[in-house]
Amino acid sequence: MQADYFFKKKRNTLSFLSILGAVTILAIIITEYNVIKGFSSLPKAVEWGLMNFYPTQESLTKLPAILDKLIETLLVSIAATTTGAVVALLFAILGSNTTRVNAFFGSISRGIATIFRNIDVAAWAMILLFSFGQSSLTGYFALFFGSFGFLTRAFVETIDEVSGGSVEALQATGAGYFSIIFQSVIPSSLPQMISWILFMIETNIRSATLIGLLTGSGIGFTFNLYYKSLNYDVASLVVVVIIAAILFIESVSNYVRRAVL
Amino acid sequence: MTVLLEVNHVSKQFGSDTKALSDVNFSVSEGEFVSIIGPSGAGKSTLLRCINRMIDATSGEITFDNMNVMNLKKKDLKKIRTKIGMIFQHYNLVNRLSVIENTLHGNLGKKSTLAGVLGLYSQEEKEQAVKILHVLGLDEHIYKRADQLSGGQKQRVGIARALIQNPRMLLCDEPIASLDPNSAKIIMDHLRNISRTMGITVLVNLHQVDVALKYSDKIIGVNHGQVVYNGSPKNITKEDIQRIYGSEAEDLIFDVGGIHAS
Repeated sequence: MQADYFFKKKRNTLSFLSILGAVTILAIIITEYNVIKGFSSLPKAVEWGLMNFYPTQESLTKLPAILDKLIETLLVSIAATTTGAVVALLFAILGSNTTRVNAFFGSISRGIATIFRNIDVAAWAMILLFSFGQSSLTGYFALFFGSFGFLTRAFVETIDEVSGGSVEALQATGAGYFSIIFQSVIPSSLPQMISWILFMIETNIRSATLIGLLTGSGIGFTFNLYYKSLNYDVASLVVVVIIAAILFIESVSNYVRRAVL
Repeated sequence: MTVLLEVNHVSKQFGSDTKALSDVNFSVSEGEFVSIIGPSGAGKSTLLRCINRMIDATSGEITFDNMNVMNLKKKDLKKIRTKIGMIFQHYNLVNRLSVIENTLHGNLGKKSTLAGVLGLYSQEEKEQAVKILHVLGLDEHIYKRADQLSGGQKQRVGIARALIQNPRMLLCDEPIASLDPNSAKIIMDHLRNISRTMGITVLVNLHQVDVALKYSDKIIGVNHGQVVYNGSPKNITKEDIQRIYGSEAEDLIFDVGGIHAS
């Protein structure tokens, strides 16, 4: 019986691995991907990158213009996250099982948030291109919708996790709905919510670069412009600036997170 | 002694086939210390929550202070809840707020929405909170965050939050189930003290039969949602205990005779 159990477990692992291997081989055959050629071209690619893809003295003259675009991208990301968070808080309070007004509004607000969350930011950007055209407003709304959907979900879970008990206790004292929200739900879930917002800002700055390619605005567009016009030195400067900005934002948000938690 | 709480023919059904309470009857007099004992899942917590309508009973009648709790409108329900303090097994404090803020939460039921939202408390209320915390021996912890306290201290904050309501009655749902024997004794002593010196009626759910017998004026035994014992702790027999805890509990680890002796 016992030997049987372990044998079965081993057999399951083995068959799973062989299925995985078969799928991989099949995919390689269908796409005519040559593994050896793929990996052997890596050194060449690195070599090309080192030869062409580095900022030069001359490209530094473009730095102020690049920084300008970078700041625009950062500000759009932060604005989209914070405004998204305000709306998300409202929907999360209505959608959480502990604080919802009733089951009907609860499922409606969670349903809306689910739809917004499951449409990717890039998909939102393409949808919104029709209404707003190529402008930073398109990028803003794409990030706003994405953040709203994600943060609503995160906030609902935070509220359910941290405030169940104290909500019950305050209900038992006869406290009203709004008193309970402001005296118990928000104080207990605020630090975790801030942490989620910081995470969202970081994610949004990364996505904003990609969204910029689509919407023709911000730092993403700047990169695309120089890259397509074969100005590799300036394009690489853009990449360096983006990496520096992301690392900076991450260290700031880590610091804030440590301070609030 | 006047009757403060009367529970008549109360039943509670969850879903279509789970009966948590069936035809529960008992009454509690002003100032009495009453313990509800029974096995896990017997319906003790449900019974307690039906009294302040945290759970709505399916049928029956509950009278508190000559008011029928069952048909109260939202506003009157809040008003009656301000007269009933509640204490929980897991303390149910707002962990990130200070002890005094948690204590003052007991006043929220009497406040306007705006004052409640902004957390505006009068000087009088704050002094009252400090006084209650002093009685409960929490002077040094007034400005500490609730999550820095030990279990026993948290439960005392829970009691403080209930006391600041100026309640007629305290409902305590397993107040010592998560505490070590020492902290549990402190909590039970405080509850008895509250009942004796302030004249507040105390209704407490307990797992520990010996504790219930030692502290209570009256014992209500519940099994399978029914009251199977209702009387003084002095007259309780081994057979009664077996009836409360079911037939499988032939050899309960304590001895009733020994408890009466001590």
